[in-house]
This record gives sequence, structure tokens and C-alpha cells, in this order.
Amino acid sequence: MTPRFTFPQAALALAIALFLLVFLLVPVATVLYVAFTNSDGSLTLAHLRSFFQLTLMREALYNSLYVGGMSVLASSVLALPLAYFTARFRFRGALLIQTLGVLPLIMPPFVGAAAMQLLFGRSGSLNLILGDWFGLNLPIMEGLNAVIFVEALHYFPFILLNLTVALNNIDSAMEESAQNLGASGLRLFRRIVFPLALPGYMAGAALVFLKVFDDVATPLVLNVTDILAAQAYYRITSIGIDDPIGYVASVIMVVASMAALAGSTWVMRGKDYATLQRGGSALATRRLGPWQGLFAYGWIALVLLLVLSPHIGLVLLSFSRLWSFTVIPESYTLANYAAVFRDSPFMLWNSLVYCGIAAVLDVAIGTAIAYLMQRTRLPGRRLLDLVASGAVAVPGIVLGIGYLRTFRGFNLPFTELPFVSFWLIIAFAFTVRRLPYALRSCVAALQQVHISMEEAAENLGASNRRTIFRIVVPLMAGGMLAGFVTSFLTAAVEISATLMLVSATSDAPASYGIYLYMQSIVGRGPGAALGVITVLLVGLGTYASHRIMRARSLRFETLQALK
Amino acid sequence: MPNIKLPYLSHLACAALALAFTAPVSAQQQVVIVTSFPKELTGAYKKAFEAKYPGIKAEILNKPTPAGVAYIREAPANNKPDVFWVSAPDAFQVLATEKLLARIETPAKEVPNKIGNYPINDPNGYYLGQALAGYGIMWNTRYLAANKLPAPKEWADLAKPVYFGHVAISSPSRSGTTHLTVETILQGEGWEKGWRQMLMIAGNCAAITERSFGVPDGVNSGQYGIGLVIDFFGLAAKSSGFPTEFVYPSVTAIVPANIGLVAGAKNAENAKKFIDYTLSPEGQQLLFDPQISRLPVLPSVYAKAPAGFPNPFTGKIKPKVNFDSELSESRYYVVSSLFDQTITFRHKELTQAAKAIDAATAKLAGKSNPEAAKLLAEARDYAYSPVVSADKAKDKEFLALYRNTKRDAEKTKRITALEEHWGNTARANYAKAVDLANRAAALAK
Repeated sequence: MTPRFTFPQAALALAIALFLLVFLLVPVATVLYVAFTNSDGSLTLAHLRSFFQLTLMREALYNSLYVGGMSVLASSVLALPLAYFTARFRFRGALLIQTLGVLPLIMPPFVGAAAMQLLFGRSGSLNLILGDWFGLNLPIMEGLNAVIFVEALHYFPFILLNLTVALNNIDSAMEESAQNLGASGLRLFRRIVFPLALPGYMAGAALVFLKVFDDVATPLVLNVTDILAAQAYYRITSIGIDDPIGYVASVIMVVASMAALAGSTWVMRGKDYATLQRGGSALATRRLGPWQGLFAYGWIALVLLLVLSPHIGLVLLSFSRLWSFTVIPESYTLANYAAVFRDSPFMLWNSLVYCGIAAVLDVAIGTAIAYLMQRTRLPGRRLLDLVASGAVAVPGIVLGIGYLRTFRGFNLPFTELPFVSFWLIIAFAFTVRRLPYALRSCVAALQQVHISMEEAAENLGASNRRTIFRIVVPLMAGGMLAGFVTSFLTAAVEISATLMLVSATSDAPASYGIYLYMQSIVGRGPGAALGVITVLLVGLGTYASHRIMRARSLRFETLQALK
Repeated sequence: MPNIKLPYLSHLACAALALAFTAPVSAQQQVVIVTSFPKELTGAYKKAFEAKYPGIKAEILNKPTPAGVAYIREAPANNKPDVFWVSAPDAFQVLATEKLLARIETPAKEVPNKIGNYPINDPNGYYLGQALAGYGIMWNTRYLAANKLPAPKEWADLAKPVYFGHVAISSPSRSGTTHLTVETILQGEGWEKGWRQMLMIAGNCAAITERSFGVPDGVNSGQYGIGLVIDFFGLAAKSSGFPTEFVYPSVTAIVPANIGLVAGAKNAENAKKFIDYTLSPEGQQLLFDPQISRLPVLPSVYAKAPAGFPNPFTGKIKPKVNFDSELSESRYYVVSSLFDQTITFRHKELTQAAKAIDAATAKLAGKSNPEAAKLLAEARDYAYSPVVSADKAKDKEFLALYRNTKRDAEKTKRITALEEHWGNTARANYAKAVDLANRAAALAK
């Protein structure tokens, strides 16, 4: 057996640990220690006890868990068929699904929910039509169910992306063997395909749960306050009271998220999902029969119509001069786009740079942690995973305040400029906040790579380094790309930490610009226009990366065939 | 096999990094303004100020008020922002208490001391009133027409059953101006009667929004019919072409939106120039812009106001309430917390009670059934009485609990126990009200 770990591995682990310590643990601790101390600095658990004595908080915790769980269920219903169609059938819709399917992620939650209000709200297009025809008004956008509805439409791409990658990674040989042994149809899916894709599904489901559990913007736009994230936010942002309960709520959220993660690892424990054969073709794709085609396209059209409805609302809003209590805007204009191109094109560039840096760092760190966790027996490797993943539950405002507090004494090297006013701090905040997404994808991707592949390479004389870069990374590429895309997309719409950290308008990313516009009466149009441009740009980026991936895998297959 | 995607992006990132490090640090003069005001207002001031002082760049940092307070508090000492410019007086109070504001020595002499009974400038000199605003009622004319609703005039109108499910308001803990409205109603009507009215209005609300801007936004798009809003939201929406109207009810208070100088400001001289500019006749006139629509604090500039612009100094808007700002401040957190615990967080239960009471009232209308009438009156008392009595609200010891800003175990325990008690009592009361109202309705058959 190989030694427990090598020196470079330990150095890598230390470097990551240092990064997490400086940019996650310390800043968060400087804020959250309030939950466990009195004003005089003495430690206490009394705030925690007080927290659990509040009926409202217990209800909120229960509601958060309920909304998280139901959102996973609803997201799965949306994502499973789409992922299955793309992996299983040869048809033109696949790329469409891949690209359009991730668009919901690029919608800033507060904008998405607002656009949904325009379509599905009490006086939204749908209810205005229903009211005219049938005298009906459907309360789609009310209460916890509305949160589940919006969140599922928003975050199901986490499952779609990770599951698609996992399905594509299944070797057709597995399927063929099963078929030779007489399995087919549902049995084949249930016993072979689904279990083999389980790591990808679990990675996506865990992300949906965590994200929904910690999301504060959507419930607040829907005026739902009886869930934990909203309660924490209400208390932390109350002016002037040093109220520890809000911070206790944040701590509870971090703990619950880590428990959920640990739970999902526990479900997967002791199971081996790696398959040996790689480089052959992926799952056999079939042509659709006419009825199957009808059903597949019908379902895809329905789901896409639903998930793209916020975008449809946003596009309408961005071209509207006036939209009030009518099914569609009554007059249209291009002035909103003109305003955006006049005032804020630099924000789009800022977003691309920050999110690019964040996503690259996330994938690098995520791959490293996944490798350390699954391929070495380095002490503390699971801790790295847990800490990095715990970031998902840290409210953005807590991280923002933590950065300001931790780094306020530091200047940039060789300058008088304080580090907290330097734009890179925003990129680091994005990196930390979106790391859990990339990490889940990378972990799932590596779970599907069998260690024999690396052993074989090493037996053939490849160095450890060469094995990683020539064997492991290429085999994980799909998952890494999925991680890059989720991290990049979701960083593009980060707002809560951004609001704390922007210290000059010229450094602001597009999400800040959208927020700014949306705060004023006449700003909704330009805000929507900036939103549409952001969605288009980031969507194009996603499409391009899929094309590159596809081109590459085609070339890879051709090479194989030539040999 | 080359990994195609990643190297490109990392090159890009490295290039960007290198650029950022080598970029010359701009030596231009500037003034950094932290504000929660919309782009139209800040943009107009930035443009006009930079035109007047060509060497100074006005850097606007837009943050929600609580984030703005935190930003000033946590900013490094060598790089404090310069000006804080928001509505909520409580945010300035907090900053002043923490010694994060500098006194401004020379307020414009032309500005009157008080509007009604409310001091325009901070008596301690830490912040100045920069514009005035009154609270009022805004509605969407199309929404009202489609639902066949009459236009409201007074707060009391909003408590009528006809408006059930059509109103929206923000919460005092989220919006300083909403707090002032609630406090205005409480002072105008008295504690018990004021809360009764507030609870009836809230019972009619379709939503208690998280942001104060959520109310005008919802009314503009027709999501809500009627909203309790600060005047400039109502005036600016109308002048932007939305089918909305706005009125000041007779029980209203005119209060200032404020501007202050941050202690240890990096560009203190420029900050003073900016503050002076916003209070100069030239700066005050910018407020007349239809997209801004705020009321200047300088009485003289109203001569140049557009036709129909409200002037609070002529007595055309008649604030009946002599607003007592000390009383308001003394019970600030009690009012906010009571509102959230019994209204915001129990809104579903409250609206159910209101609905049951309205239904029973409609059934009993024109019928004489003393027993049912008594049950209904009881239901109303349960649903619409504040869980804190007027006497308790005056109790010094009780208020002191909330004024103690120290964080310790005992205080947390007592405050959470109170919240628990308020929330549970409110919920039980609302449930009882539903039950009583249903029994009253059953008797009416």
C-alpha cells in the first residue's frame, strides 16, 4: 500500500487550510462569537438556550428544513427526466437543455422572484387572465409553497448539471452487461443506471438543500418571514441592538448545513461507485421513437417554459416603458438598455473578472480537496471538506462584516490602500461563498473514477504528478466543468456580501448594479435590462464551455477509434 | 491531453491581477458618500456637485441603511467614508452614540428649527435635516377600478373590511420611516386606539414587506392596491407615468431625511463642501426633479417649485399630530419588536382573524342579535388589542430593558421571554377571535 501521504500532498493541504482559515474561519468567528459571549467577553450558552425557548425560532427551523427537503423533491421531479433524456437519447434538444437548464441559476434571486410576481403574483399576468375569464385568483406566490416553487425552479440545475455529468460518466459496458444478463427497462435503470449515477445526484441534491436552507433573498421578496434565514437576517440587520439571537440562528444554520452534508456522505458511505472501464463510449444513446419524441419534447417544452418564466418576465420588463396591472407591458422602449450601456458596462466586466477568479480558485481548491479526501489518508482531510462546505451556510452579510473586521488593519503591500478597499476582496468573498458548489461537483466526479486507473498508470511508470494531470484530471473534467459553471454562475448573482464589501462604484459587479436600479421607481426597467445582459453573457459563457467540452470529447473518441 | 478551458481563465485572472497591482493609485480628490437613496437622487447630486467642484469626485456607495451603519462602523480608521446620508434618524442616533459622527458646526441659518414639533436638525448637532418627507397613502387607480374599490383618504379608511387583502405596509423594524408612521398613528390616536387601528390595517394587508421600497414597488406594478408610503415614492411614481395617486391623511407627521459627517472622515473638507452644497438653495432645488420629488428644508426655494408641489411650510399639509420625538425614541425598540412579534411574524393568523370577523360582520349586518353582536365584539377585542397595555408601555423599568444595549445572558433571556409571550399571546388571541367570530356568524342564521 502507498504511504499515508506524501510531502507535496501535506503542503497542499496546509495551503488550503491556511486559505480557509484566513478567509473563512477567522472572519466568520469574529462575527459569530457574539452568539456565545456576554458583552464583557465571558462565554455563555444562555443565548443558545434562549433561542430554543422561542416558539417562533423552533417553527422557523422546522419550516427551513421542510422547505429545503421539499425543494429537493420538486427539483428532482424537474431535473431527473431532463437529465435522463439528454444522457439516454440522441436528439437535438440535449444542448438546449444543457444551456437553457442552467439559466435559472444566473438570475439574482431577488430579481427572479420579482419577475415571477409579475407573471404569477396576485395581479400577475396569469391571475389577470384567469380573473377575466373565470373570476379565479390562484395564490401561487403565497407562503411556504411559493418559496418551494421559486427555489425549485431556481436551483434544480444543481441536480441537472451534476446528474448529467454522472450519467455521461457511466460506461456503456456496464449497461451492456446488465442487458446481456437480461435486465432491461425500469429494472436496468433502477439497479444499474441510477445507482451508478447516485454520487452525482446526491451532490446536486445536497447543494439544492443547502442553498435553499440558507437563501434569504427569495423568502424575503415573497414576504415569508417564518424561516430561519429570514429570522437571522431580521435580527442581524436591526439597527442598534446588539442582539445575539440572530447570530445564534446563523450558527444553527451552519451546524444544520454541515449535518446535512455529513448525512449525505453517510448515505454514500461504504459504497463504491467507481467503474473501471473508461474511454469507451458513454451510455448507449438511442433514437427517440415518435411517441417517445412527442413525450420528451412535450416535457422539455413544459419545463423550460416554467423555468424560463422569470426570464420571460425580466425580458418583458426590460423593454417596457410602463407595466402596471396589465397582462403584458402597455408600451415598449429601448431606453432601458441605452441607460445601462451609458452607465454601467464596466460592472459587467467586473463581474466576469471576479467570477472568473472565484470559479478558477474554487475548482482548483475543490479538486485538491476531493483528491486529498479520496486518494490519501492525510489526517484531517475530512475536516477540510466539512469546513469548506460549511461556507454555504454562512450568511453573506456575516462574511462581509467579518472581512471588514478581520482585515481592517491591513494595507495592500507597497501601498497606503487598505486591503478591504481592494476589489480582490470581493473576488475572495465569491470564492469562499461558492466553493461548496465546486467542491461537491469535484468530489462526485472523483468518486466515479476507479483508483485502478491511477494504479495502472503508476505501474506503467508515470509519476504521481503525471498521473494526476494525465489521468485523474481528464477523467474528472466533466465534474470540474460542472463545478466551474455552478460556481461562476452563482457568483455572478451574489449580492449580500457584495453590498457590504463594495467600496467604490467602479469596483462594483453587475449584481450590485441590478440591486441599485431595482431600488428606485424608474429603475426597474434599466435594472431588468442589466439583468438580461448579465444572463445573456453568462449564458453564452456556459454554452461556449459546453461546446469546448464536447469538441474535446469528440476528439478524444476519434483518437480512440484510430488506435 | 490539454485542459482547454481552465488555462485561459487563469491567464485572464492573472492578467487582471497584474493590471490591478500596477494601475496608478489615483490622486484625485474625492468625497465618499454612504447612502441608501435611489440612483435618481444620488446621481443628480453627484452630477451637480462635480460640475460645481470640478476637482472633486463624488463617490456614491449605495447600501441598505443597516449595511451602511455596519460599513461605517467596520471601516479601517485610515479609510473612513465621509458622508452618511439616509432617512432613518435612528441610524444616525446609533452612529452618534458610538462616536462615529462628527458635529457639524455651521448648519444653514435659513433652515427653521422645527417642522411641526419635530426638530429638523439634530439638537446635538450630529446630523442635519436635508429634505422633508411625510407619510401618506398611495394607490393604483387601475387596481382599485378593477376591484371596484373607493379611493381611501385617511388611515382609518384602510381598516375598513372593503379593503381586506388589498393593502401593503412595511415593518417599523425594517424601515425608519415606517416606524415614524406607526409612531405617528400611536401618538395621534393614543396607545390602545392607535394599536387597534394599526392591527386592523395590518389585518387588511396582503403583505408586510421586508423593504420599505417593496410597498411602492408592489403598488406600481399592481400587485397591491394600496400602500402606506413615504411621500416621494408616491409623488415620483405618479410623475413617472404610473397609474397611481397619493394623499396625505390628516394624521401625519412631516419628518426630515438626514445627512451627517462621519467622524475621522478621510476627506473631511470635501465632505463639508458636499453637505453644504446639499443644503444650499441650488442643492435644495434639485429635490424638485419629478423623479426625486422630495420636500426641501429651505422654505425660500419653494418659490421655484413646480405647480402643485406640496409645501409643508404653508400649512397646506396639516400635521394634526405634535410629534414627540423623545417619546418615540424612548419606546423605539418596544414598538418595533411588538409590531414584528404580533403582526409581521403572525400575519397569517392575524389575517385569518380579520377575515372571520369581516365575514361575521357582513352576516350580522342589519340583523339584531345581541348575543351574536356580543360575541363579535369580543372577537374584535381579542384580535385588535395590543398585547402590551398603555400603562406597561410607559413603565420605565420595562423600557429600560430595551434601552440597555449590553449583551448579556440575563437580558437575552428576558427579552426572548417577552417575545415568546407576545408572539404566543397574539397567536392565541387571533385563534380565539376566529372561533368567536365563527360562533357569531353561526348564530346569525
